[in-house]
Amino acid sequence: MSWQDVLFTVLKVLAVIGLITVVVLALTYLERKALGRIQMRMGPMRTGFHGIFQPIADALKLLLKEDVTPSVRDKSAFWIAPLIVFVPAFILWITIPFTEDLVVRNLEYGIFYIIAVSVVAIVGILMASWGSNNKYALLGGARAAAQLISYELPIILVILAVVMLAGTLDMREIVHAQGSYPYIYLQPLGLVIFLVAGLAELGRTPFDIPTAESEIVGGPYVEYSGMHWSMFFLAEYANTFAIGALGTVLFLGGWSGPLLPGVIWFAIKTTAIIMAIFWLRATLPRFRIDQLMTICWQFLIPLTFVNILLTGIYAFYGWPSWTMFLMSIAQLVVSGGVVRLRQRARTARFEEALRARREKLAT
Amino acid sequence: MTIDQSLDTVDMMLNMGPQHPSTHGVFRMVLTVDGENIVDVQPHIGYLHRGSEKLCEAEDYRQIVDLFDRLDYVSSFNNELPYVMAVEKLMGLEVPERAQYIRLIMCELNRIASHLLFYGAFGADCGAVTPFLYGFREREQMQSLFESISGARMMHGYFRVGGVFRDLPDDFNQRLDSLLPMLEKGITECEALLSKNELFLERTLGVGVIDAETAIDFGVTGPNLRASGSTYDLRKDDPYLMYPDFDFNVPIGASGDCFDRYMVRMEEMWESLKIVKQAVARIPQGPIMAKTPRTLRPPKGDVYVRTENPRGEMGVYLVSDGKDKPHRIKMRTPSFCNLVALRHMLIGSYVADAVVILGSIDIVLGDVDR
Repeated sequence: MSWQDVLFTVLKVLAVIGLITVVVLALTYLERKALGRIQMRMGPMRTGFHGIFQPIADALKLLLKEDVTPSVRDKSAFWIAPLIVFVPAFILWITIPFTEDLVVRNLEYGIFYIIAVSVVAIVGILMASWGSNNKYALLGGARAAAQLISYELPIILVILAVVMLAGTLDMREIVHAQGSYPYIYLQPLGLVIFLVAGLAELGRTPFDIPTAESEIVGGPYVEYSGMHWSMFFLAEYANTFAIGALGTVLFLGGWSGPLLPGVIWFAIKTTAIIMAIFWLRATLPRFRIDQLMTICWQFLIPLTFVNILLTGIYAFYGWPSWTMFLMSIAQLVVSGGVVRLRQRARTARFEEALRARREKLAT
Repeated sequence: MTIDQSLDTVDMMLNMGPQHPSTHGVFRMVLTVDGENIVDVQPHIGYLHRGSEKLCEAEDYRQIVDLFDRLDYVSSFNNELPYVMAVEKLMGLEVPERAQYIRLIMCELNRIASHLLFYGAFGADCGAVTPFLYGFREREQMQSLFESISGARMMHGYFRVGGVFRDLPDDFNQRLDSLLPMLEKGITECEALLSKNELFLERTLGVGVIDAETAIDFGVTGPNLRASGSTYDLRKDDPYLMYPDFDFNVPIGASGDCFDRYMVRMEEMWESLKIVKQAVARIPQGPIMAKTPRTLRPPKGDVYVRTENPRGEMGVYLVSDGKDKPHRIKMRTPSFCNLVALRHMLIGSYVADAVVILGSIDIVLGDVDR
């Protein structure tokens, strides 16, 4: 390796770090504005035009803040944890293809690499919860471990179905395979499961159980402050973007699109997924940990297995593409219908009691 | 490999509060948890104790109204009411009809405002961020209406022994006409956001169940009791003001879980709206204060008055020894009595349910600690 190669690699890594910082800052601003809109308020307005400099002000505040630490802590675990959470979030980006050429290092087993790397963060969260020597953190860590490990399964199985269709683990090739139509057409159910499981992996509403502010006040991160806390924060938003990017590559056809350059298409699609995530955050309450497990093991995983089975049959016999679409949509409609029926049956109970009472009053 | 039979686990003590975002103030629960399961709970109160009952003995009868404001600070009108009624009953004062109507309208509007706050806080307890802002939106309009009437957004000090502090402002009808449709729209939106949300149902259905018998044994009243299926409502069962003249229902729940407690309150807002509309249509002209002596000296004796607060039965026991200050005042505050049932509801549920159940009881710490 010549010195030019080394220099080039270093530059690439620095570029990724810069990109992550910019993206995370932009996402926090976007989220606060989007939440503000949904909640009928303005969001940040004071720093710069429509509060555009708010993320920078926040970042500066976090940098300058005193780092308060608990006096009784497992010192090594406490200090290493933010790194273990942040580094996977960072090296994940290396293999995400923003366009055909705009990728730090395209790997032949890109998807496999991403899955393998993203799991490591769980260790960091557990270390943070243990090292903090705090009961809320401990509860949060236990919840996080259970949740993240469980939801690895549906996300892997869903990606597996996509890989079966594309016949490759190379992310660039997966995008190429979606030349005629994106996989959302073949796998609408797959995208839904991917987003649900992805939300759970991120620990965002409605799956923000490990950090549940109203219950365990921040979970594993409760004892962190200043820059160490912002490492977790950075990792969370970097992962949010990664899920958006992964969804784009696997289901929405990556950078391909008419007229506009590839990077713009990639940004549009990723932002759409991320906005959906923000929208859910503004709308939904939080699950409880046992319900979360039930959804994963009794609902999502069987669905993904059926999905893999159907995808396999489709790919093996080489049926026309609309059959796969119909099969996937049918699964989606059936599972959605089950949830809807259940919901109606349960709300009917209160209304019945009320009606009975009113009739009794009338007579 | 053999499993070591002597291996046993230790339950963890988890302290929740007084500084915790979901304990609605300075309430403290010491939970004993086995993993996520709650084995035992020890509630601690008293962090907001101000000695209101004792303070009452040092104030004259007109000043005490302001102490009652500060009990349940999100439904101040409803707290002032039983106190002024108690003094009036002891003195045998006849309150002018217009004043009574004003009191009734204020109390019912206050009930809606209080339930809207409950809606927001309960949503936040369940982990949703938006209900809090939706709940506050209409409540803010009501607070400014209260301000235009009484001069204060909170702690109104509006009711007087013998009537009310001043007449309704000239633009009251106008403001109310614009407020009521806004409220209807707002409550509909609030319900759309939460009431049939599948996640919300998951979190609240079958959680913190208490049956009517047990609830009565614990002294639970108000929406919490009605959610269990009892129809006990003082506005119907022990009427005061002009409630018998009004047409309204008492919503009840079926099973007494968190969802029923929530729905009963949402329904109650609609019933309160009905009452307000009827009252505004009928309100007569006339004086707003009865003739009262310069110094209030109720005759020797004691009296107990109870009213239906947004949180339950608010009772005032007043003992007078004929002087210008009461000999003793006992406040029977609903939040305190409802809180007694907390332990019964919590044991056997999950840690995550603890905040939901506590939120569904809808306590106000000023009301619990006095």
